[in-house]
Amino acid sequence: MTSAMPMIAFVGNPNSGKSSLFNALTGARQKIGNYPGVTVERKSGRAVLSDGRPLEMVDLPGSYSLTPSSPDEEVTRAVVTGHQQGERRLDAMVIVVDASNLEQHLPFALELIEVGTPVVVALNMIDMATRDGLTLDAAQLSAELGVPVVPTVAVRGRGIIELIAAIETLFDGSPHPIVEPAEHGPDVDRQLRSRAQRIARATTIGEPPERRWTQRLDAVLLHPVLGFAILLAILFVMFQAVFAWSATPADAIDVGLGNLGAYLGDAMPDNWLRSMVVDGIIAGVGAVVVFLPQILVLFLFILVLEATGYLTRAAFLMDGIMAKVGLSGRGFIPLLSSFACAIPGIMATRAIADPKDRLTTILIAPLMTCSARLPVYAIIIAAFIPARSVGPGIGLQGLVLFTLYLSGIVGALVVAFVLRHTVTKGASAGLIMEMPRYQWPRLADVALGLWQRAWIFLKRAGTIIFFSTMILWALLSFPKPPAGSDVSPVRYSLAGRIADNLVAPVVEPIGFNKDIALALIPAMAAREVAVSALGTVYAIEAGDDDEEAARALGPKLAADWSLATALAFLAWFVFAPQCISTIAVTRRETNSWRWPALMVAYLFALAYLFTGVTYWAATALGLG
Amino acid sequence: MYSVLANLKPGERGHVAAVDWDRISVPEGRRLRELGLVEGANIELLHRGSLFLKDPLAVRVGRTTIVIRLAHAAAISIAEGSAA
Repeated sequence: MTSAMPMIAFVGNPNSGKSSLFNALTGARQKIGNYPGVTVERKSGRAVLSDGRPLEMVDLPGSYSLTPSSPDEEVTRAVVTGHQQGERRLDAMVIVVDASNLEQHLPFALELIEVGTPVVVALNMIDMATRDGLTLDAAQLSAELGVPVVPTVAVRGRGIIELIAAIETLFDGSPHPIVEPAEHGPDVDRQLRSRAQRIARATTIGEPPERRWTQRLDAVLLHPVLGFAILLAILFVMFQAVFAWSATPADAIDVGLGNLGAYLGDAMPDNWLRSMVVDGIIAGVGAVVVFLPQILVLFLFILVLEATGYLTRAAFLMDGIMAKVGLSGRGFIPLLSSFACAIPGIMATRAIADPKDRLTTILIAPLMTCSARLPVYAIIIAAFIPARSVGPGIGLQGLVLFTLYLSGIVGALVVAFVLRHTVTKGASAGLIMEMPRYQWPRLADVALGLWQRAWIFLKRAGTIIFFSTMILWALLSFPKPPAGSDVSPVRYSLAGRIADNLVAPVVEPIGFNKDIALALIPAMAAREVAVSALGTVYAIEAGDDDEEAARALGPKLAADWSLATALAFLAWFVFAPQCISTIAVTRRETNSWRWPALMVAYLFALAYLFTGVTYWAATALGLG
Repeated sequence: MYSVLANLKPGERGHVAAVDWDRISVPEGRRLRELGLVEGANIELLHRGSLFLKDPLAVRVGRTTIVIRLAHAAAISIAEGSAA
């Protein structure tokens, strides 16, 4: 045996409680990364053997067999057979099976045992099986499989010590040859299944009852009408929470960073370094962390809904509608997340099995009205749309806001339909998924998941947002106008020149003036920056209070812009890919520049077209 | 009596008599088999779609519940009664 740390993989079906067991063994000290070249997450952690030796463990993606049908399953196979780049050869495997669903989970276990690497089987969720009235004979199962079997209850930490002890006995010091598993055809599948069935029957006493609780809940939650209404109600609560619960911490972060900026602004000499720290670094960090509260609340809801088993039901309820435009129910949650921010939405598309389906979902995600657009909408609507009622309980301002959201959704559906018939053309993929039984989420798993999601967001999105903010700061700050010049520094900067010479001639036909052209450039960092950018070009003394600045900006815009221009500006923000971070995340998640390029091109084209149509129509109606 | 899975009503039970695997793509067929949808499996149709759409289907297969679209369910023949 080498002195290197033994390497163990956790393998098993989805819904076997594998990750809970992994969490129970490794605790919160886990490392999350990516396998090279693919968008598959690598989760690893450590445990300690009884003699104090450390043990490295990886949690492999849940799989159904060693014949892969998804990037996740390809990684599982490659790690199991020792071919995965960046992963050491395994010394042993822990196969996790759901004790009350042996017939379903044993075929994969049998296949894994045949590979030849030493294994121990964790007979997980044994308490649920007992509650279902099943008695499982672990010793008999061990004899049938020819490998050690340890009953465990991951959520209560039962069987963990026994599992570690069993893992320890597996290191015999001799290298084990790996038998390459054969591709599966129907015959191999049938053979494995009948063996699994025989073993399951030989080791289980008692007829497994049907899952009554799950069926009773499903009668309501999957009801064609009532179930749909409940889904909408849950979404409503979720959105209320995303915006309401995050308002206070987000404001606090905003004020805190504002104070820090003001303090440093006073303390440092007035030079480019101060400008970089205050307007570049602090603004960049701010753009990232201000969204964190919203994203945390969003992730909390999604994690809880996922842990309970409801997320699959939501996908089921939405699939019929989404199939009409060539998407699948699996794309529902990523698109929903995109209403808060397209970045976590695009990151969540990894759950979509079909690559073309996933790609289409990524490409339309920016059309969901993200929360960064709200400040822009709010200021323009307040300045230009009269606050009068157009019907009982319906205000004109609210109606305009609703129309903007709706335009994005309708646009997304149309774009998805077109994409599925052109660039992402292909047979409409099926939706085949397992519906897990309902479960009470385990608090520790949710907390750990939330921490990991937040960390990944900060690490992956944070760096992108930060650097794009820095680059834009540089563009907006250099070169400096000569002393005594009356040209504003922003106009004189590289960004100002680009805006005046390249952007303005293009956007003037659709109703934008030079000031708007200039505001569009910093808004590429994050859309809400458009508000403060307009403030800068209209020379509003912002002071420390954003709201005050916004209030002062409104009347100024109302005096300077025509209604047609204001409407055109709103239309622009519905479609335009005004966010470098989204583009960068798309590049990351699709592993190519081709798709983000397509996304940017089609979004700008749509934005230009719709802004133009809005402007020309409004002008023709005499609103110019 | 034989029927196709796609034509079952919620609550109707039976077992899989035959599957026309040629009408299902290779990876999707494999996934269905991995989820237990093989000849001889006992099934029950639980739910059909939402709102006015009757797609997809939630089907109990043995001890597992799976979601499957109509296009695939049309390739699966169902016989009455449970398999031995």
